[in-house]
Amino acid sequence: MSSDHPHDDSGHGDEHAHDHGHEHSELGEMDLRVRALESVLAQKGYIDPAALDVLIDTYQTRVGPRNGARVVARAWVDPAFRQWLLADATAAIASLGYTGRQGEHMVAVENTDDTHHMVVCTLCSCYPWPVLGLPPTWYKSAPYRSRAVKDPRGVLADFGTVLPEATRIRVWDSTAEVRYLVIPQRPAGTEGLSEEQLADLVSRDSMIGTRLAGAPVEQEHTA
Amino acid sequence: MSYETKADLGGLPGFGKVVPEAEGELFHAAWEPRALALVLAMGATGSWNIDASRSVRETLPDYRELSYYQIWLRALEQLMQQRGQLFADEIASGEMRHAAAPVARVLRAADVQPALAKGSPTERPAPAAARFAVGQEVRMHAGKVDHHTRLPAYVQGRRGTIVRVHGAHVFADTNAQGLGEQPQWLYTVEFDEAELWGGDVPRQNLAVSVDAWESYLEAAA
Repeated sequence: MSSDHPHDDSGHGDEHAHDHGHEHSELGEMDLRVRALESVLAQKGYIDPAALDVLIDTYQTRVGPRNGARVVARAWVDPAFRQWLLADATAAIASLGYTGRQGEHMVAVENTDDTHHMVVCTLCSCYPWPVLGLPPTWYKSAPYRSRAVKDPRGVLADFGTVLPEATRIRVWDSTAEVRYLVIPQRPAGTEGLSEEQLADLVSRDSMIGTRLAGAPVEQEHTA
Repeated sequence: MSYETKADLGGLPGFGKVVPEAEGELFHAAWEPRALALVLAMGATGSWNIDASRSVRETLPDYRELSYYQIWLRALEQLMQQRGQLFADEIASGEMRHAAAPVARVLRAADVQPALAKGSPTERPAPAAARFAVGQEVRMHAGKVDHHTRLPAYVQGRRGTIVRVHGAHVFADTNAQGLGEQPQWLYTVEFDEAELWGGDVPRQNLAVSVDAWESYLEAAA
């Protein structure tokens, strides 16, 4: 079981998101409430239960930070693509097949030796879904949303990220329908890597701006 | 009754550390993906717009005690109850007890990918020329508004610089209230940390921006 996030033990249905390696015989209150709601909405003809399965599968297996990593790796190896991405991120990202919901209006911002970008939504949880998938819990949490705009170096320290004092920190609060993607700096010594290998270095957090590309990330716990 | 958002968190103290998590950890309970999918599927019926749903979420009295998927679920129930699409006895029983109120569209499984890929762009033809240009100094409006807004408290009354012009976009404030899209020019406005926080915190070598509709701004004197 994972120990690095608040764990809600209420959920162990057939569609359980990941295996915690143990079973519970009772469904929690939230599971029952959501099942009841789904049942009523289906009876009323508002929803197609099969569409729910497709929606879930989409964000569990098809749309996630690997998309954004491919965008970043392309920008690292292809100067013309990088220029396009900085000038018209929506079109450049669409050229790789990533479009739509919560990424209709994209802006890409590039980290340099002088400037480090970080993205937050202080008012809710705005996040570029087509390139990063669903936001992590911490991105939607009060600690991140409250501190990112006032104490970003403290937030970065929570991720083990320390930047020189001379590096300007530039925080983008996504208060409208524009969505921001950080292009992290390409790590030194990666000249010989292929585009796919470079994409492996690009973590979700590095594209939000809380880590550097190539830095270690939390590993998912396996049962 | 006055409008009170619980979601305007920028700069507030006392929430503690950020807890990182692994990339693959999208859900922490089995009901969360179902709740997400219900919210997306009902959103696709066109019964409300995204600004109206944000308004309901941010005014939930226990917003700060709920997890994010709980917020989404609670707001979904409320949006549907407001429209006569769902009733408390149905939530409690899991059974349809009242006639269905027709919805404009039902999202079918085959339509999910095209619908997600299309999204809901908010850019609209500009109603007039943009009032501000990149490089111009502006001051953000200050003071309480009695409805949903996307102007965070921490920048209200602050002086900043226009750094991007995004075209005209659906105005969240009116759209949330059912007063129509009323598109306005949208800008990115950048602030220096001293302007936002004064001596509150040690200097970080920091600049922060928000995206702001034109009516949030006035030319700085």
